Amino acid sequence: MTVRINGKEFEVSPGTSVAAALLNIGYSGFRRSETGESRGPVCGMGICLECRVQIGGVRHVRACMVTCQDHMEIETDA
Amino acid sequence: MTEVFDGIVVGGGIVGCACAYYLSERFPKVLLIEKGPVGGGSTAAGMGHVVVMDDSRAQFALTQYSQQLWNELFPQLEPSCEPRSTGTLWVAADEEEFSHVDGKRKLYESNGLRAEVLDTKAIREAEPHLREGLPGGLLIPGDSVIYPMTAAAWLLDQARLRGAKLLQGRAVVKMGQGKTTLDDGTTLDAHFVVNATGDRAQTLTPGLPITPRKGHLIITDRYPGYVRHQLVELGYLKSAHEMSNESVAFNAQPRATGQILLGSSRQFVGWDPGIDRNLIAKMVARATEYLPGIGSLSVIRTWVGFRATTPNSLPLIGSLQHDPATLVAAGHEGLGITTSLATGKLIADIASGVESKIDRNPFAVSVEVKS
Amino acid sequence: MPELDRFDVVVVGAGPAGLAAANAAAGFGARVALIDENELPGGQIYRASRGSISASVREVIEDLSKKSVVRFDGSTVFEAPSDGVLRLWGPRGTQDIGYRSLVLAVGGRELFLPFPGWTLPNAMGIGGLQALVKAGLDVREKRVVVAGTGPLLLAVGAYLLEHGARVPIILEQAPLKDLALFGAGLVRYPAKIGQGISLGRHIATRLRAGAWVERAEGSRAVESVTWRKGGKSFQTECDFLACAYGFVPNVELPQLLGCEIQDGFVKVDDQQLTSVKGVFCAGEPTGIGGVDLSQVEGRIAGLVAIGQDDQAEALFGKRESWKRFARSMDRAFALRHELMELSTPDTIVCRCEDVRAGDLVAWESSRTAKLQTRCGMGPCQGRICGPATQKLFGWTQGSVRPPLSPVPLSALGRPLDEIEN
Repeated sequence: MTVRINGKEFEVSPGTSVAAALLNIGYSGFRRSETGESRGPVCGMGICLECRVQIGGVRHVRACMVTCQDHMEIETDA
Repeated sequence: MTEVFDGIVVGGGIVGCACAYYLSERFPKVLLIEKGPVGGGSTAAGMGHVVVMDDSRAQFALTQYSQQLWNELFPQLEPSCEPRSTGTLWVAADEEEFSHVDGKRKLYESNGLRAEVLDTKAIREAEPHLREGLPGGLLIPGDSVIYPMTAAAWLLDQARLRGAKLLQGRAVVKMGQGKTTLDDGTTLDAHFVVNATGDRAQTLTPGLPITPRKGHLIITDRYPGYVRHQLVELGYLKSAHEMSNESVAFNAQPRATGQILLGSSRQFVGWDPGIDRNLIAKMVARATEYLPGIGSLSVIRTWVGFRATTPNSLPLIGSLQHDPATLVAAGHEGLGITTSLATGKLIADIASGVESKIDRNPFAVSVEVKS
Repeated sequence: MPELDRFDVVVVGAGPAGLAAANAAAGFGARVALIDENELPGGQIYRASRGSISASVREVIEDLSKKSVVRFDGSTVFEAPSDGVLRLWGPRGTQDIGYRSLVLAVGGRELFLPFPGWTLPNAMGIGGLQALVKAGLDVREKRVVVAGTGPLLLAVGAYLLEHGARVPIILEQAPLKDLALFGAGLVRYPAKIGQGISLGRHIATRLRAGAWVERAEGSRAVESVTWRKGGKSFQTECDFLACAYGFVPNVELPQLLGCEIQDGFVKVDDQQLTSVKGVFCAGEPTGIGGVDLSQVEGRIAGLVAIGQDDQAEALFGKRESWKRFARSMDRAFALRHELMELSTPDTIVCRCEDVRAGDLVAWESSRTAKLQTRCGMGPCQGRICGPATQKLFGWTQGSVRPPLSPVPLSALGRPLDEIEN
């Protein structure tokens, strides 16, 4: 199964969350904070909103709450 | 030994803070009393649009004067007050609305304000997320947006630097004839007392014709650039004027954070603090008519607030005929952020017995005194 | 307008408490709905690994379907629009569902205390990291420092080792003597003993008691942590830092429904009934007590919700015993004051709005701070910084405003379903 992250294709195992996939590939910063800091997942369960990325053109999606789908388009720092 | 204040301002919303700001320029002993947090009432619930409104001649004069005062202050404001020149884009929904645009432009221009008619192509260039095929609109580039709570606090801070005092955490239970009684029984003396308690002003000054008018607001997550100007449907004033129980008009504001603040609704339901989901649904539908893609944006909060409404939609700024030591600065409806500064100036003018830059008569307070 | 779909019992949260409640209520033929934000039931404790359901969760799911429990998976309750009605956002968009009785089993979340560097990428919660591993994060050969407090520290330390991580140190802020007392107390809870011993063997050499993270360092992500023990500071290199200080209850939905909150928890009576008629609460929102207490509370709530009061009462003794266990945990893992003094003026407290500790000292309440600095005003709505400022400054949290978690604007665009009386 492949997903596109920031325009590049990566293999991911089925059942992997978007957050786990990003970390596995080496993206630890998922978004930029209000003052430009790099941020990644914290709570892992949809509460902290730190792991927001853009998925399929929709911004501010919690990466920890979404399972990777084949050909999913993911953007970090969007 | 009792201290006698020059002036006491009751209420630390943005109007009370603006009164303290201008009074402290002219009087050494000013006291502002606020029972809760500064800017925590209608100030915190509102949008923070600094706008010139053409609802009536008096309103035009007051909002234009106020906007000039804001523009003078902008360079001094703390960055946290987030002053931003967004302009206001009045959006016409149909040809009928668009046919009034040029008249509106002439009115603004004849008062020395810039105004620009946008046609169907230009309006989409100005706001790419607006629905296709809108006939156009009117851009008023001089309007702006601020963050009301920090602006209120800044005004009060400046007043305090000039010597004004703040008494926080105490409610005023009675005022009149220069006396102000607190909820702990203390009575304070002053040459004049300003009632700046907004939608609650009629409880301290019985007989003031003020009614709370509830509004709902929705705020999204950050989408910088999605909306660039304060967008208001041209039918807004029509909606604001409807004295029916409920009306909804499209109003979208780009915050400095990139968030979008969505209004607006008007309801006469007393001080019921509950969120009316069906009204919110109507606001969403209204916003979607103008910004068809907005439904996919993430919403983080909804809330309600209460506007202090008067029968003629003008604020009450002046002294009571039967009690000249009591001044009223209340009833600012949905324009309190804009008109706070002119109100403060007018109150300071009245207190110091000087003429004002604009005619004060339309805002004169008349109260039916019940014996 | 569609007509409201109504249930005898609606259970919110499909963790240990919610599953127990739903199963108990459905066992007697009531029409039961079970709502959970995750794609599958199980909550954090039974969280499925990479979509593959563990045996215990499979059993639970089979049981639920045998009893015709209607599941609303992947659905967030974001509003309580009127009495007896909840509003969900899920795979089918916005849905209103009605209930006669409601069981709130909405769980807890980790408590985070700010320290310099806690906002660096790869610094996260303990349960947070475990959830990510369950969702497919590969930690093989990764150096993970586990720090904070409570039994989860040891459980996750062991879990990470099993999954191939290198765990150089586990930092437990509680002093050794309190841990030892707690360990001795476990004798009274046979089921817990096995866990205690197997954990001990794996991690004894890594555990540092009376030790805590002072700061995390790194340029683009965490590279090392500086930690303190016995008046000295040490530095350990790592790829991940998993750090949290126990749990705080999720009380936002109960608050929105008007349930009375006492000392930060939802107030319930013997029957798990809140101050609101027909609304029950079970598990962490009523007091942090772990999986066993949650289960028995959930079962009691589910039984009372359908009028099986006698059956419920038979479980009171069991509940009391787990409550005692919870109290002993509270004592053993009480937070040390040094943890409240780690942030510098520069340390971010509100991660959504980047509000720093130095920006907050001037304000006397969470409400003023929120109005003036936006602390707690961002998308998480104060879920993370709220409990932190409560610990740091003693601020109580303000009112809850819908939506309970972010939803698309269109979710608010649906008029309420018709309620047939």
